[in-house]
Amino acid sequence: MSSKVGTDIAINGDGAVALAWKQINPDVVAAYPITPQTIIVEDFSKYVANGEVDTEFIDVESEHSALTLCSTSSSAGARTFTATASQGLAYMWEMLPITAAMRVPVMMAVANRTVSGPININNDHGDVMSARDTGWLSIFAENVQEAYDMSIIGPRIAEHHEVQLPILVNLDGFILTHAIERMTPLDTQHVRDFVGEFKPLYPLLDTDHPVTHNLMDGPLFYFPHKYQMVVAMNKALDVAREVFAEFAKISGREYHMVEEYRCDDADYIAIVLGSSFGTMKQAVDNLRDEGMKVGVAMPRVYRPWPADEIAALCKGKKAVIVMDRHLSIGAYGPMFPEVCASIAVNGKMPEMYNFIYGLGGADTMVSDFMSVYKTVEAGKANTINYLGVKE
Amino acid sequence: MVNLADYKEMIIGSRVIEPGNSEKFRTGDWRSQVPVIDKSICISCLSCWIDCPDNCIVVDEDGLVDVKTTHCKGCGICSQVCPKDAITMKEDIA
Amino acid sequence: MSAPLTLKELNKDIPDRLASGHRLCAGCAEGIIARQILMGTDKDVIVSCSTGCFEVSTTIFPYTSWNVPMIHTAFGNGAAGCAGVETAYRSLKRQGKIDKDIKFVNFAGDGATYDIGLQALSGAMERGHDMLFVCLNNEAYMNTGIQSSSATAKGASTTTSWNGAVAYGKKEASKDVTAIMVAHNIPYVAQVAPHNWKDLVGKARKAFECGGPSFINALSPCPRGWRFDSKDTISISKLAVETCVWPLFEVVDGEYALSSESQRIADGKVEKKPITDWIDAQGRFKHLKDERWSNIVEEIQADVDKRWNKLLKLCSL
Repeated sequence: MSSKVGTDIAINGDGAVALAWKQINPDVVAAYPITPQTIIVEDFSKYVANGEVDTEFIDVESEHSALTLCSTSSSAGARTFTATASQGLAYMWEMLPITAAMRVPVMMAVANRTVSGPININNDHGDVMSARDTGWLSIFAENVQEAYDMSIIGPRIAEHHEVQLPILVNLDGFILTHAIERMTPLDTQHVRDFVGEFKPLYPLLDTDHPVTHNLMDGPLFYFPHKYQMVVAMNKALDVAREVFAEFAKISGREYHMVEEYRCDDADYIAIVLGSSFGTMKQAVDNLRDEGMKVGVAMPRVYRPWPADEIAALCKGKKAVIVMDRHLSIGAYGPMFPEVCASIAVNGKMPEMYNFIYGLGGADTMVSDFMSVYKTVEAGKANTINYLGVKE
Repeated sequence: MVNLADYKEMIIGSRVIEPGNSEKFRTGDWRSQVPVIDKSICISCLSCWIDCPDNCIVVDEDGLVDVKTTHCKGCGICSQVCPKDAITMKEDIA
Repeated sequence: MSAPLTLKELNKDIPDRLASGHRLCAGCAEGIIARQILMGTDKDVIVSCSTGCFEVSTTIFPYTSWNVPMIHTAFGNGAAGCAGVETAYRSLKRQGKIDKDIKFVNFAGDGATYDIGLQALSGAMERGHDMLFVCLNNEAYMNTGIQSSSATAKGASTTTSWNGAVAYGKKEASKDVTAIMVAHNIPYVAQVAPHNWKDLVGKARKAFECGGPSFINALSPCPRGWRFDSKDTISISKLAVETCVWPLFEVVDGEYALSSESQRIADGKVEKKPITDWIDAQGRFKHLKDERWSNIVEEIQADVDKRWNKLLKLCSL
């Protein structure tokens, strides 16, 4: 294999996303600044100013217009990216299900940040979890390298002609967006070869074949149109596996639907999203040293939900702990019921525990995560637990 | 059980690739009055054509106007804008 | 476009972009206005629509009334949607991936222009997208059933500004969005009304060819919401101009100029009709005939006069 990787660089997560975008060279980027996403569009607009990309970069007046502009630009036939976080994603919300139903493969980086109120700029997954039912694909990064890699993998899944759904690429606000880490980029030509030419379906700009986009559906058609999206999501499971395998060939970096760490012989496993996966690996190592058989896993792909992999992962465990960095107030964390359902429909239930943690950027340390396992092992855990809150 | 459309026969997304196929939807059924054109008076000024909201005035081979009754909703605008009073609205009982 | 502006030429040259079978109410002016606007260019055109009567009526799945490409996303963002298509076009054209000359137009109701859509419209105009934004101004939220908008006339009875024992209908006069668009320093802004096709198509031509963002505010008489007989759409439109409720004018690179009947009224060749002619012709103002509200009619007349005189000053510079 020829060397397809570049030299290691030190870069923050936002910069890594912008670098991936530069290498992909999209036709259109439209975005509105919001912490902690802003560095992505700042860095990218520098590439535009220096003529390093062919992109039309549009500074819109709001996130609602940003996503609107992206959805119609993609419908028109242009590869189109955007980025947002928190209130920005909330302000876009009306356009999230519309964009997905338009069946356009817009890619959006989400610098995960909590949602007001109270206003808070730090990390949790409240923003992206509000988007989980809208028909977008959603993938998570553990570190800066993965924020870069997922930005290259994202369009390949989204733009597949049997998928054609927009995709959210999640990276934890500040923890990844602003943290400088060492990363190995690919060289630009290999990125472009991997991502390939954008081949739109039914582009609006093909005026010789006039297509009307986004009509009004009556009850006979709305549900079938939604079901088409179900079919596309199911297909995306296969497509993601294929794209991960292909990416491994050019990068040497292997990704899976669910990333596992020391789960095989573990009695107790936790399931977590994003950068906390890395922190929890350290907690697992520490506890293993103490003789506890524990493991941790991260759903790389959150939508489509990899139910089969989750069920297989949890099979035969004494307990499964679901770590949610968001809370459906009055119910559980958002991932907990999904993990429970995945196991329940496939067989025998282990003990199930839900830990809500880290809201609004509340620091969650290795020792905190160690206490999670210890609480469960000691039989002191409730079904739902609020890590760090003095109840 | 409801009889929903077959998703496999629909292209993805709420898109229609056949331009102007609303011609198949006969809005003429809405009508209670129909315009009748006296071609002996018509001067073919096309005032009715430009003001028809439903694109229902067509020009025949002789340059005279005709009404496409399949879609005419019977609004009566054409009868009002005709400078020669060549168009009258008549009751239309289908 | 250089073809002479006659109906014979228009009938011959321009393909009908909007097909029959749309489900606008009988006598709705929106079909008339849209057809005439689209006669303003013989180039390829792509249509975008904000949610509203016009969008819904022309795109009920599986039927489309569009013979040209058309896209809709939501209510408050028509300008951003149109801008997205135009941006994609600019990008692909610059990269040599497309070589056609294409025009872009967004149709929106007054709610999607004056109210919920104003932010996106302002943004798109400020950014200079080469697109025409047309407001089909029927002066209320007709698609949801005649609710008051900021384009609704003072004194009009709507389903959220009823007339009643203690109310004369909408309390406020309409907002001047045309002036707000002029303040964006865009190359072309105009007001039109459907009874004057020559003025309307002529202005559409200028808007399409102005080389930047343009805005046309089209009065769109609504038989259902304004309570008049569907055959009278054109005469009501004419009355709006004759009473100076809806003056016809254009603003080219910041220069105001009256047009057609409005110019003739300003020149004293035609007499300006009283506001009572306008009010008496429509059921939405019927209650104003009650003596109780005679002061309101006077206030409406005073407001029309004030706006007209301001416009005269702007045009005489």
